Amino acid sequence: MTTNNIAIQAVELTKRFGDFTAVDAISFEVKKGEIFGFLGANGAGKTTAMRMLCGLSIPSSGKAAVAGFDVYKQTEQIKRSIGYMSQKFSLYEDLTVKENIRFYAGIYGKSDAFIKEKTAFLLKELRLEAEASKLVRSLPLGWKQKLAFSVAIFHEPEIVFLDEPTGGVDPVTRREFWNMIYQAAESGITIFVTTHYMDEAEYCNRVSIMVDGRIDALDTPAALKRKFEARSMDEVFLKLARKAKRSGD
Amino acid sequence: MASVTVNNITKHYGKKKELTQALRGVSFTVEQGELFGIIGPDGAGKTSLFRILTTLLLPDAGAASVDGLDVVKDFKAIRQRVGYMPGRFSLYQDLTIEENLEFFATIFNTSVSENYDLIKDIYSQIEPFKKRRAGKLSGGMKQKLALCCALIHKPSVLFLDEPTTGVDAVSRKEFWEMLRNLKKQGISILVSTPYMDEASMCDRVALIQNGSILSVDSPEGVIASFKQPLVAVKDRNMLPLLNHLQAFEGTQDVYPFGEYHHVVLKDGYSAAEVSTYLQHQHAQAEVQPVRADIEDCFIALMKSA
Repeated sequence: MTTNNIAIQAVELTKRFGDFTAVDAISFEVKKGEIFGFLGANGAGKTTAMRMLCGLSIPSSGKAAVAGFDVYKQTEQIKRSIGYMSQKFSLYEDLTVKENIRFYAGIYGKSDAFIKEKTAFLLKELRLEAEASKLVRSLPLGWKQKLAFSVAIFHEPEIVFLDEPTGGVDPVTRREFWNMIYQAAESGITIFVTTHYMDEAEYCNRVSIMVDGRIDALDTPAALKRKFEARSMDEVFLKLARKAKRSGD
Repeated sequence: MASVTVNNITKHYGKKKELTQALRGVSFTVEQGELFGIIGPDGAGKTSLFRILTTLLLPDAGAASVDGLDVVKDFKAIRQRVGYMPGRFSLYQDLTIEENLEFFATIFNTSVSENYDLIKDIYSQIEPFKKRRAGKLSGGMKQKLALCCALIHKPSVLFLDEPTTGVDAVSRKEFWEMLRNLKKQGISILVSTPYMDEASMCDRVALIQNGSILSVDSPEGVIASFKQPLVAVKDRNMLPLLNHLQAFEGTQDVYPFGEYHHVVLKDGYSAAEVSTYLQHQHAQAEVQPVRADIEDCFIALMKSA
């Protein structure tokens, strides 16, 4: 099913809970190495869609392939091919920096030699060598989030899903975080990211906006602004999300 | 009389080895009827400060008063007068909307009908669901109910700890409109947020980072204190542009800012020099002088701190 340069392909992907349609026949493609922004108001269906793409929830209907694997039948292969990080949960606070890396890399079946070499490189890159044996709990939030991202791509996945990775992070660290995203994308990793910061939507190659379970807009930030005659992505988002009938999460 | 005074408050957690200094000598004053924003990232000390002012936590040193009452000595009197909406949803999940509201009214020896005017605009939006349990509400509805419960005893000072965190852009705008309306009723409001763009909704703001206040001023005042020339630059390929701008001799700082890069220039440089510098490698680049916004100011203050 692998089509060379497509990382994610969804066709009429749908999820119903009883008579509630959380995700309503969404179709889109994400190219390899692309930074894809997945936006939407609370309750629009982003989390449900993301869970299906990560192989954690079986769709009600429609088709989707992630890293070439089918979201119905090949969920284990999908999980092996992706990385995941969210604002709410990412690292174990009661493990040290090094233990967290070791733990995640171990889960993905990486060899001891690989882990050892890459851990040293990573700690140096993040300038966390002095903190390697400290509990993650004691790190400032910004460091935690940068470490969490590094851990999420440690096993060199094809795609990484980032669920509001920068919520509550200071503006300087937020930009350092996006710098890491750019580097990862340049190394060929596909980035699938959600955010409530509309300036970050501008950093994406393309952006989709979900409203009431459907994708109402999908294009580059520049094209979206032209189409909706808006000066910023914030305006585009407000114009679309104000139409929403559903509310809350 | 000032509504809230904070004078050199410090607070730390933990012992020697894992000591966290949450507040490092924080001072400011909030006037009666003011909508005052405390703006800073997670871990800046916002919640510690709110817990001290609502008498739920003792400061290590320094003094603070709410409505002229001391936060340590007069804690019981303060608790009668303040409304507090904590960052984490903390109403009773097993009670309905109506029951939660009545419960909070009763604790404060009042009734829902007595102060209904104050919450009417907000409560009417969730009233159709008043028989629903709080645990079953959507995020936006929970937020409105929590605000009603914090208001039902007609507090003179309202403390809202990150009411808009994790809330989408539309609901955030609506929430701030509610606060502007409440302000008209004369209640002093302290609200904390990690979103820099919300500063413009406040009368005055305190920018806070690492337990220290970086600046206290009106949003316009904060912006006016940004003295360096600032330009916004855009081109088709933004990543190489950033690297080139970093190498420019007139650049003091450069960082991505939405669809543009913002370049803070050293004294004596202007957009014209930036355009000249870029004319070979980025002939199509758009360069324009811009006014700083709160986020530019926050970044500059963080880097000079």
